Amino acid sequence: MSYQKLSRDQIAQRVAQDIPEGSYVNLGIGLPTKIASYLPADKDVFLHSENGLLAFGPPPAKGEEDPELINAGKEYVTMLKGGCFFHHGDSFAMMRGGHLDICVLGAFQIAANGDLANWHTGVPDAIPSVGGAMDLAVGAKKVFVTTDHVTKKGEPKIVAELTYPATGQKCVDRIYTDLCIIDVTPEGLKVTEKVEGLSFEELQSLTGATLIDATQG
Amino acid sequence: MIDKSAATLAEALSQIKDGATILIGGFGTAGQPAELIDGLIELGLKDLTIVSNNAGNGDYGLAKLLKTGAVKKIICSFPRQADSYVFDELYRAGKIELEIVPQGNLACRMQAAGMGLGPIYTPTGFGTLLAEGKPTLQYDGKDYVLENPIKADFALIKAHKGDRWGNLVYRKSARNFGPIMAMAADVTIAQVSEVVELGELDPEVVVTPGIFVQHVVQVQPAPVPVSA
Repeated sequence: MSYQKLSRDQIAQRVAQDIPEGSYVNLGIGLPTKIASYLPADKDVFLHSENGLLAFGPPPAKGEEDPELINAGKEYVTMLKGGCFFHHGDSFAMMRGGHLDICVLGAFQIAANGDLANWHTGVPDAIPSVGGAMDLAVGAKKVFVTTDHVTKKGEPKIVAELTYPATGQKCVDRIYTDLCIIDVTPEGLKVTEKVEGLSFEELQSLTGATLIDATQG
Repeated sequence: MIDKSAATLAEALSQIKDGATILIGGFGTAGQPAELIDGLIELGLKDLTIVSNNAGNGDYGLAKLLKTGAVKKIICSFPRQADSYVFDELYRAGKIELEIVPQGNLACRMQAAGMGLGPIYTPTGFGTLLAEGKPTLQYDGKDYVLENPIKADFALIKAHKGDRWGNLVYRKSARNFGPIMAMAADVTIAQVSEVVELGELDPEVVVTPGIFVQHVVQVQPAPVPVSA
């Protein structure tokens, strides 16, 4: 059987469905940022940005951009009514102190035990940059990761053990890939959904760690 | 009468000497005290240690300072950006030392200094390259790594309005590291768009109390370029 991978927008849309109203959420740079556009406008979800914003909104209209109103990805944003500003100490208290319900991060690799690598390739001449990734990984109540299932070269990104430098240990709760959704549990990696037409065996063959089939039917 | 806004920009900055450790506010270009940095460049200092979230954008502010070769070491969380070419070149040529600190640890290490705390245990970075060689502790089932306070000689920050006692309010996401840097330095110099009369800042909304600020300098900030 043939199957179709999810697009980046489809992954973003799928994650958005799992964000309950009232959640305080930090969306990482890249694909996670797209999730914001799929959150239903009639639900209150509070988006946090580490540079001191809570309840920010969509990009401003052309001509309304303010270089002093940006998100962590340094993109222009607006504030929703009821939104607020605060300094970095408070911002990271929200993150590290377990006050955020969900953060969504990108990944280079995720290990079977929930270890995450997303900050440094380890390549000798790379300039390492960590930003707030390590704080989010240890601090949010739930850490979701969005990623392609395999690298551009076809190598698994979900692995038995990390080969890239870690961002955090045992921190990932759920992985959304372009092929499936995986819950990281004490029993192991449980596949709860997969794209139509993809067999569990084929999914396992694209994964560097043992999976448990927990799909319904 | 105490007037912290009396000194000119050049007077306020003239206390800074070679080898100083300086906290510089900003997240990308938002909140960077670009006019204070321009004044610092004119002093022609050397061997500075700079603490800032990024390592400069384009040829603006902090990037311009790095380009002069005045900076020996930078402590930051996110040096590599699309427009960090000044830093990238210095780093690859071995002309600047880099200490990478997770952003939240950067904040709380400065807060520790400002609050008079010693080293602090943080969960961030445990088990990673950035915790190598540092003492660890398990507390209540969770792992922590010991990080030292970051105390500085000077902080250069950008606020929106200030008064002659040093009380400050900020503008939008330009607040970022300003308030905590003000606490962590021996001498904090704030550039503001407007010095207002005492009493004009509502005590309920003052963000940085004047006790943390030694100099307030009014500047007309040039338009802030966008960070890449």
